Amino acid sequence: MADATPLAPAGPPADDILRTRDGVPLKTTLRRVTRRQRLIALGLVMPLLVFIVVTFLAPIGMMLLRAVDNPVLQTQIPRTVALLASDWDGQGPPDERIFATLAEEMIQQYKAREIARVGTRLNYEQSGLRSLITKTARTIARRGTPPWKETFVAIDDRWGDAKTWGIIRQASSRYTPSFFLAAVDLRLDWRGDVVAQPEEKRIYGLMFGRTLWISALVTALCLALGFPLACLLASLPLRQSNLLMILVLLPFWTSLLVRTTAWIVLLQTEGVINDLLVWIGMLSDEGRIQMIYNQTGTIIAMTHILLPFMVLPIYSVMKTIPPTHMRAARSLGATPARAFREVYLPQTLPGVGAGAILVFILSVGYYITPALVGGRTGEMISNLIAYHMQKSLNWGLAAALGALLLAAVLVLYWLYNRLIGIDKMKFG
Amino acid sequence: MTMLTRGVATRTRRTVLGIGALAVAGAGFAIATQARAEALNVVCWGGAYTKSQQEAYYTPWEELTGHTINSIDYDGNVAPVKAQVESGNVTWDVVDVELSDAIKLCDEGLVEVLPLEDLPPAPDGTPAAEDFIEGTLHDCAVASIVWTNIYAYDETKFPDEKPSTIADLFDVDTFPGKRGLRRFAKANLEMALMADGVPAADVYDVLSTPEGVDRAFAVLDRVKDHVVWWEAGAQPPQMLADGEVVMATAYNGRMFNAMAVENKPFKIVWDGQVWDMDLFVIPKGAPNKTLAWEFIKFATATEQLARQAEWISYGPARASSVPLIGTHAEAGIEMGPHMPTAPENFQNALQNDFLWWADHADEMNERFNAWLAQ
Amino acid sequence: MSGLPSYATPLERLWYVAFRVICALILLFLIMPLLVIVPLSFNAEPYFTFTEGMVSLDPDAYSVRWYQDIWRNEQWIHSMKNSVIVGLCATLLATTLGTLAALGLSRAHMPARTLVMGLLISPMIVPLIITAAGMYFFYSHVGLAQTLPGIILAHTALGTPFVVITVTATLSGFDHTLIRASSSLGATPTHTFFHITMPLIMPGMISGALFAFITSFDEVVVVLFLAGFEERTIPRQMWAGIREQISPTILAVATLLIGMSALLLVSLELLRRRGERLRGLSPG
Repeated sequence: MADATPLAPAGPPADDILRTRDGVPLKTTLRRVTRRQRLIALGLVMPLLVFIVVTFLAPIGMMLLRAVDNPVLQTQIPRTVALLASDWDGQGPPDERIFATLAEEMIQQYKAREIARVGTRLNYEQSGLRSLITKTARTIARRGTPPWKETFVAIDDRWGDAKTWGIIRQASSRYTPSFFLAAVDLRLDWRGDVVAQPEEKRIYGLMFGRTLWISALVTALCLALGFPLACLLASLPLRQSNLLMILVLLPFWTSLLVRTTAWIVLLQTEGVINDLLVWIGMLSDEGRIQMIYNQTGTIIAMTHILLPFMVLPIYSVMKTIPPTHMRAARSLGATPARAFREVYLPQTLPGVGAGAILVFILSVGYYITPALVGGRTGEMISNLIAYHMQKSLNWGLAAALGALLLAAVLVLYWLYNRLIGIDKMKFG
Repeated sequence: MTMLTRGVATRTRRTVLGIGALAVAGAGFAIATQARAEALNVVCWGGAYTKSQQEAYYTPWEELTGHTINSIDYDGNVAPVKAQVESGNVTWDVVDVELSDAIKLCDEGLVEVLPLEDLPPAPDGTPAAEDFIEGTLHDCAVASIVWTNIYAYDETKFPDEKPSTIADLFDVDTFPGKRGLRRFAKANLEMALMADGVPAADVYDVLSTPEGVDRAFAVLDRVKDHVVWWEAGAQPPQMLADGEVVMATAYNGRMFNAMAVENKPFKIVWDGQVWDMDLFVIPKGAPNKTLAWEFIKFATATEQLARQAEWISYGPARASSVPLIGTHAEAGIEMGPHMPTAPENFQNALQNDFLWWADHADEMNERFNAWLAQ
Repeated sequence: MSGLPSYATPLERLWYVAFRVICALILLFLIMPLLVIVPLSFNAEPYFTFTEGMVSLDPDAYSVRWYQDIWRNEQWIHSMKNSVIVGLCATLLATTLGTLAALGLSRAHMPARTLVMGLLISPMIVPLIITAAGMYFFYSHVGLAQTLPGIILAHTALGTPFVVITVTATLSGFDHTLIRASSSLGATPTHTFFHITMPLIMPGMISGALFAFITSFDEVVVVLFLAGFEERTIPRQMWAGIREQISPTILAVATLLIGMSALLLVSLELLRRRGERLRGLSPG
């Protein structure tokens, strides 16, 4: 410390700044100590922060970038793309120079066996362009001669159509909004205008709507079942409520797949509930009810799985409400219903809010249960993301759908944090 | 040799098989045998189909060369190939894929181009290029089997009139009950059109028009509320056995297996079948590229293809394998009549048009998904 | 509200009974699916429903054959091994990293606490399908896809928020004068941590660790994307079973898992009581 102030005079300085015994101003020392404390705190947090950023946040960020990333045409046919942007007026087919450039680049790409990447990319915009590109490339690589315009149009007259070129120009920007547009059932037409998808192909709006609807319904059901249960648990003596709490906590701690399996066993047409109903004569053997592999199955299973997430926060809030409040209301002449509505209910709202938002956040992103028991009508947006990740390989669209889902969840999470505070989150 | 092979104990058979393979394949294996034992990651569809490959390809290969095969199951989802190649971290050596995927992967430069001229000739000296059935050899892929989409029904559920045509699959009035269909546009659209009276030869022409697509979906609409959708090949026999559906489309080999090996009372309707093939590809930059190619050459030799057909009712891709096919290895059933290509089964059959699907898969699946969700 | 006051009207009495019946039904809804699985896993027949023999408690209708199946099946054994390895490693990493971070976060001088906290618990908030997709590309790129270390790292990330939250919660009731007392008596910071801080926050650490373990042990979405055949875990194996061929063996595995969660539940409850006793919140 003394080294830091070698020129400090020996005696007490003339000014009236507070100093420590070795003559350093108290403010400085305090700042140093605070800085050290900050560094220690940061040092403790840093390993995890770095870990999360590297293994979690960065991968997700990079994945989401694919929603706008559009490198294919710019890397595969760069010169054609540049010429189309600068030298084509968008009226009718372009001139011979652009045809010749495309021919040259196509032949080169054909030989490198990468021309189909261009085709695949363009096929997202317009079905059929994939084969147009591969067919044309194959033909001109074998026996193509100038004049290229005539050759191209002879192979397929779509090359004479401004629309085809418009689509190529449209799809060639380095970053594209088209995956995001597709994720909300819109698309860019070849002139660059945003238009709606044809009706028979609109699905994402429907699926986002369905996801929100199922989540809302599951939240409402959880609230309807969870509230009375929490009420009971909060009103019983500790010993009894602890015992009943086990019935809430055991499912909570049990594997998601176990619980989903259980519902399949119970609900399928040859399952326990149908068998029981047939056995007691409520159903005929042919009249078994379809309760699973549809929306009903998803809703029942998800309500069951998420119910503890509703019960626990409401319960912990109800525990803090003194029972004397209700008694006071009653003694002041309120009916039980009124005492409940005007005294008890308002005090439970923080718990209800916490539980509802938590359940809603969790349901919006559900994947496993809808995939296993949802069938045709019970699937949610996560299932479509998985479809585009694994089956169609349209990763741009998967990323765009993921980004929209994530945005929705983050808004909800922000709301949760504003209302309840993230540190208040408790388990078990 | 076939008679001998069939008659003697397994061990002898493997030896005979090994000698046969050596004879046709030539020096390539000798080199492979001398090298350090290596493991190949071979990816296949699982269940009865992987078992047939295990018996016909993997085990003989392991015994012959001393190398090992890691058998990996997948559900036909080729995303990992794209991800592995793009990231330069390829772990799969050989993948068994459908034709449209083989073409797509090849076009995008995600799988290796194969030196097809190295494929061993048939035992009688016919060059491979002529021995393989037309359309089964591609720049990046060698076919092993011909398989087909059929539908089968539970005989006990139809005591009187039995379904016999593709139209019956979509006729819930005459044949009530749930149907199991693959949750995918491919094959469903073709079957729907054939059920609506479109001749096999015209199916893709009709599907290329917007009205044709509408027509196919209109046929699917008839059964929409009566369908349980399946995704993995093992599901449809299971769904029939559980009584969850009364008829289901399936890969013919899976149904055959349930009927022949597990003695289920199912019957296959061959009318309106949509046939396809499975091919071996090597992801670009596979760790054991050379060995993987040796394996493919071995597996698609005449003898091995014939052996596989004794474990599952898929047709071999080589003409020279056909006369060698004997009876089922476990059930002892003559395999000939159960092949998709048997003349009586092949009356109204349609080959899956991979070029059409390469162009329209995205569009059709999008529309199919939208149709499903509504 | 337990018991009815003497001035309750008949209507209130009726409601009191009705309310309890409703709650009993809700509890039944919660627990019934688990209870149904247990006896069915001892079904001698390969069905998923109660046979007549089972209903009449015929001992021949019950058997442990599906449990024997698990032990004979190489894939199940292998997946159990994987699950345990991944679960333990991920828990260890998550608990270490998470506890350190929680110690930092609860210091008075932690800068940008809210932001950092938000980032640290984000793995809990982001829908799993998005996490899985993101990790799929990244881990493929660095060569960790289809390896156990890859899955361990992924599960560590998913488990840390629980450790951070539970340990932070324990630290909020922590008396910081104890640390000052310890250092004024000449203890080094490390000594103070192991002898003063750690015993006190132990219940929080353990319950956080249990959460991290169960998160990993139960996780299937990330595994679906990241694991190859060799790295299959129990949930992944169950997923394949449910999708393709739901066999009674799955019910046997499910029963074992229910038993395990019951065990976890009991240990957590004991921990909670111990924690409360230590902090003097309850007489125990």
